[in-house]
This record gives sequence, structure tokens and C-alpha cells, in this order.
Amino acid sequence: MSTPVPRNKVAQWIEYRLPIFSWANHNLIDFPEPKNLNYWWNFGSLAGIILVIQIITGIVLAMHYTPHVDHAFDSVERIMRDVEWGWLIRYIHMNGASMFFAVVYIHIFRGMYYGSYKSPREILWWLGIILLFLIMGTAFMGYVLPWGQMSFWAATVITNLVSAIPWIGETLRDWLWGGFSVDNPTLNRFFSLHYLLPFVIVGVVILHIWALHHRRSNNPLGIDVKSAKDTIPFHPYYTVRDLFGLGAMLFVLFVFVFFVPNMLGETINYVKADPLQTPPHIVPEWYFLPYYAILRAIPDKLGGVVAMVASIAILFILPWLDTSKVRSARFRPIYKQLFWVFVADCFVLGWVGANPPEGSFVWIGQICTIYYFAHFLIILPILGKLERPRPLPDSIHEAVLKKRGGAPAVQPAATMEKH
Amino acid sequence: MRRLMIAAAALALGLIGAAEARAAESAGPLPSVDFPHIGVFGQYDKAALKRGLQVYREVCSSCHGLHYVAFRTLSALGMSEAEIKEVAASFKVTDGPDAEGEMFERDGRPSDRIPSPFKNDNAARAANNGAMPPDLSLVTKGRNGHEGYIYAILTGYQDPPEGFTLGDGMSYNAYFPGHQIAMPQPLSDGQVTYADGTEATVATMSHDVTTFLAWAAEPELEERKATGLKVLIFIGVLTAILYAINVRVWSRVT
Repeated sequence: MSTPVPRNKVAQWIEYRLPIFSWANHNLIDFPEPKNLNYWWNFGSLAGIILVIQIITGIVLAMHYTPHVDHAFDSVERIMRDVEWGWLIRYIHMNGASMFFAVVYIHIFRGMYYGSYKSPREILWWLGIILLFLIMGTAFMGYVLPWGQMSFWAATVITNLVSAIPWIGETLRDWLWGGFSVDNPTLNRFFSLHYLLPFVIVGVVILHIWALHHRRSNNPLGIDVKSAKDTIPFHPYYTVRDLFGLGAMLFVLFVFVFFVPNMLGETINYVKADPLQTPPHIVPEWYFLPYYAILRAIPDKLGGVVAMVASIAILFILPWLDTSKVRSARFRPIYKQLFWVFVADCFVLGWVGANPPEGSFVWIGQICTIYYFAHFLIILPILGKLERPRPLPDSIHEAVLKKRGGAPAVQPAATMEKH
Repeated sequence: MRRLMIAAAALALGLIGAAEARAAESAGPLPSVDFPHIGVFGQYDKAALKRGLQVYREVCSSCHGLHYVAFRTLSALGMSEAEIKEVAASFKVTDGPDAEGEMFERDGRPSDRIPSPFKNDNAARAANNGAMPPDLSLVTKGRNGHEGYIYAILTGYQDPPEGFTLGDGMSYNAYFPGHQIAMPQPLSDGQVTYADGTEATVATMSHDVTTFLAWAAEPELEERKATGLKVLIFIGVLTAILYAINVRVWSRVT
């Protein structure tokens, strides 16, 4: 894996001044990856690609969109009807946001299952959490832009949460609004920030990948790479697999875009925003439902906001809350079960969030919220001490060979004896 | 891989379930009614669209506009340019100001959008007992229950049950939230005389005008589904090839 010198004269000229060819070779071609990564490792690259799709469609949409309370809704309808392929671009952007969250959530759950947040990848993990916050903020502000009923009322509900902060809350909220209610200044700044934040996300993604390439990928076994035998070059193995993953993701995305483009959205957002008429149910998009359930599970406004923010912020200290030395859930028999309980808990929270806070939804939401935090604050610290992990394989190479039914090359004698 | 597919399927089912659960939010269950344009490959019933336009022109348009629908787009219904000009000219459009600074009314042109008969929202309220007849451009897209709901409202006028007190000028509708609707029953049997000889029952007219309004809300539907089919076939084949290459490349790894 020596750095190849480009043969082309122009390339040599460039390489001498800015070594982009050897850089690309190192990071995209020769880069050694564990050879046992499974398909759950596809979702990082998918998140990166969907970010690019969102930025490109978003830039085109911004060329036709008007951020003004009197024109925003109309300009979106113009995009849908009069702009060439405008409906396609908008539907890709709309459903792309859902796809982004689906991919990112799978990516995060994968990290949790295989212990990818553990040493030495804590900063890589932190950067991922920062990305999640940024993506959520961007998605929320983007949802406000069409200025439909749910855009307006979601903006009102969510920005009002800021007012729960003691002392400065209401001042902060008015400052956020740029006035005394959600109005034109709010829409303007949301548009500005919705255009800005994706590029901040790109910046953090670069840091995320930098940290990844510094300490390298985790793998399903959760053990460290020990020799060159454990790895294979990124290209062609993971380039081709990522391309296959991209095809599969686009297929799913396009099923939504072309056949059920509004299934994940709120019907009422096709009614223009009316500050005098509150919709019967104010519900966020599906990807915010679990947090919404946590927010409403706490009977106190400030407490709810704190719990909602904490539900994500707690991930920052996850590397230390999980006291187990073993990374992968494959070798943690109890954690493996509890991981799925945790996933189920998140789904139930989402279901609770979609429903009005009445009847049994109230206590179900509260129990699931308590469990959510207990998973991090009680179960993981104790479990790491009590659980007896299964023995770890000696190396990735050996484990891969065993799985394929072949005998480990290092000890042929041992296998012979068994026959 | 298998686990991943199971997870993907479970996620998709969950999402569909959540969306379905949220879609059903009108007053009581809607009557089940079929529209050919609903469904994966469904396209608009062209004859119904034309009849629906007739119902809209003769009945609905006296109160409701279609602010986002330009007359020129009626070509999608199979209308000729001359026919579109004639339809447009049958509507009055406010234009101006002219050289004297006055607003004036003129006949509609194909480039105009289908106007509301009222000068503004307040005029609309004043003429309708305080209620605002909404613009219908997005009515099938912006109401829970969609086409089924619109059809239900149009066919849901009944005598109020005993003990139900209706407000002044209100009508009883089985499917409207709260059952009190400011719009008087708009359709009655034989209200329009269809050009194609179809019998104009309330059910037929409701079905036709709902189809027309669905088109008004989603004029891109036919192109969207047709394009989608081609795109999915392309991506499907491409993904299958990539999978085969993937398997082949990985078979080298020991």
C-alpha cells in the first residue's frame, strides 16, 4: 500500500503541490477496513449520501421558494405545479428528510449494539450526537418553511418551549421569534438557518470521518484489528457494497417519492397557516415523536424540556455509563436482549407521541420515559459489572474463517484431530 | 442481511401503520368509495374529470375558487385550446389598475387561475352567513380522509337526529366534524345535465367532482406514477446488478 505516483503529467504537477491523489488513495482506495463488517455498517455512507441529496434538492428549491408569510405557501404550490419537475424535487427533499432520519437512527442503534462509542471512539461518537442535534434543528426549521398549518403551529409549540427556561426564557423566545409571535421575521430567519446549517453539518461530518479514519471502524466482533490479515482495502470491497446499499436505499426512497409522497407528512400542512385557528392535534413529524412523548410525559413544562434535551444529551456520557469492557453485544448475552427492549421502548414512545396525551397513553408514556433513562443511568452501569461476557475470538481473521466453515489456517492439526 | 431486511420490513410496516392511524380522524367512519386514481398504478378517469369540471363550474364555483389551478392546465382533461379559452372566458377576473388607476373586471384567459367569485375573504364571509367557503385547490390533499372525506361530505347531508339543535343557517352532515356545516346541501339529483348523458345522481356528481378536485390538488399524479414505475424498474435492476457484483467481489475474501 505504498503511495502511488500518478502517471499523468498534469496529475503529477497537482500532486506535487496538493497531494489530493495520494490523499484519495489513502482514504478511499487503500484504506484498511475490518473484513467482517456487516450490512449494518452501510448506514454511515448512506447518511452522507442523503445529506448530499438534501443539499442539492434544497438549493434548487430555494431558487423557487419565497420566505414570506404571504407568499411561502403559494410559492411551494408553484413549485409543485409550475416548476419543471418541481414536484419531484420537492417530494425527494420532503421524503429525503424522513429517509435521513431513518438511516441516521439505524446508524446510531448500530453503534449502540456493537459498542462503537467505546474507547477509543468517544469523540467520534460525540461528533455523531452533535450531528443529530444539527440535523434535528435543520429538519424542524425546514418543516416550518412551507407555512402550512402544522408548520406554523409546530413552530409555535416548539419555540414556546424556550420560554420554560427560568428568568430569561420569555426574552429568549421573543428574540428567537424576532417579534411577539411566530411571524414573518421567524420565517425569514428559519429559512436563513435552514440554508446555513446543512453546511455546518457537512463540516461536522468531515470531523466525524476524520475521527473515524484516525481510529478506524469498529466491527461486529468489537475486537481490535490486530494484523493486516484482519483487514481488506476499502476499494473495491466496501465501495461496491456501499453502492449496492445506495441502490437499495434509493429504491425505498423512490417508492415513497413516487407512490405515497405524503404518507409520512401531516395532511393539514396542505392548509395555509392560520394564526387564528389551532388544529385539533398538533403532532410533529414521525422522527420527533419519541422526544415529543418524553416532553409530554413530565407534567412540568421546564421538566419536560429538560427531559427531552437530556434524552439525547445523555448519549454524550454513554461511553462511561456503559461499564462493560466488551464492545459488541454478540458477546454480551444480557445486553443483547436489553438492547432490543430499549429499541422497543423507543418505538412505543413514538407511538405514544403520535397520540393525544389522554387515557392510558399518559402512563404508558411515563413508564417508557422512565425506562428510557433507566436504561442508561441504572441498567448499563450495573450490567457492565454483573454480566459475564462470552469469550472473545482471538482475531477477526480467525473468526471469519470459522464462520465460513473453513479451519483457521494457523492450527490445521487441531481440526484434523476432531475427525 | 436477512435480519436487515426483516428490520426494514418491520420499520416500513410501522410507518404505514402510524400514518394510517393518523389518517382516520374524521367524524365517524367514512363510507367506502373507490376512485380509479387511487392505488399504485391508478390513473384519473378522464370522463369523470370532465363531468367533475362541469359540476364544479355549474355548482361549486358559485362560492369556491381554485386559486392554484390555471385554466391552461385543463388541457390535462383532454380539452382543446379553444375549449379552454371558452371555459376561462366564462369567469370574471379582476385586473388592473388600468391607465386611470381603476381596477376593472374582464373575461378570464387561459393563463389566469380559477378565481373565487368573491372580492376577498371578508366579502365571502359576508355573503355566506359568516362562514368562509374555502379554496378547493388542495381540498382533497389537505383534509384527513382525502377523496373519501370529500365524497362523504357531499353525500352526507341528512335530517338532524332528534334533539340535535342546528345553528341558524347551518345544515346537518353526518361526516363533518361536529355535524354542523355552514354549506347548504350543494347537490341534488338531476342538478346538472351531463353532456355525455350520464345520469346525474348525487352519488355520481359527488364522485365526479371529487375526482376533479383530486386532479386539481395533484395534477402531477399521472406523470408521477408513470415516471415512478420506470425509475423503480431502473433502480431495481441496477441494485440487483450491484448486488451480484458485490457477492462476486466478496467471494475473493478469505
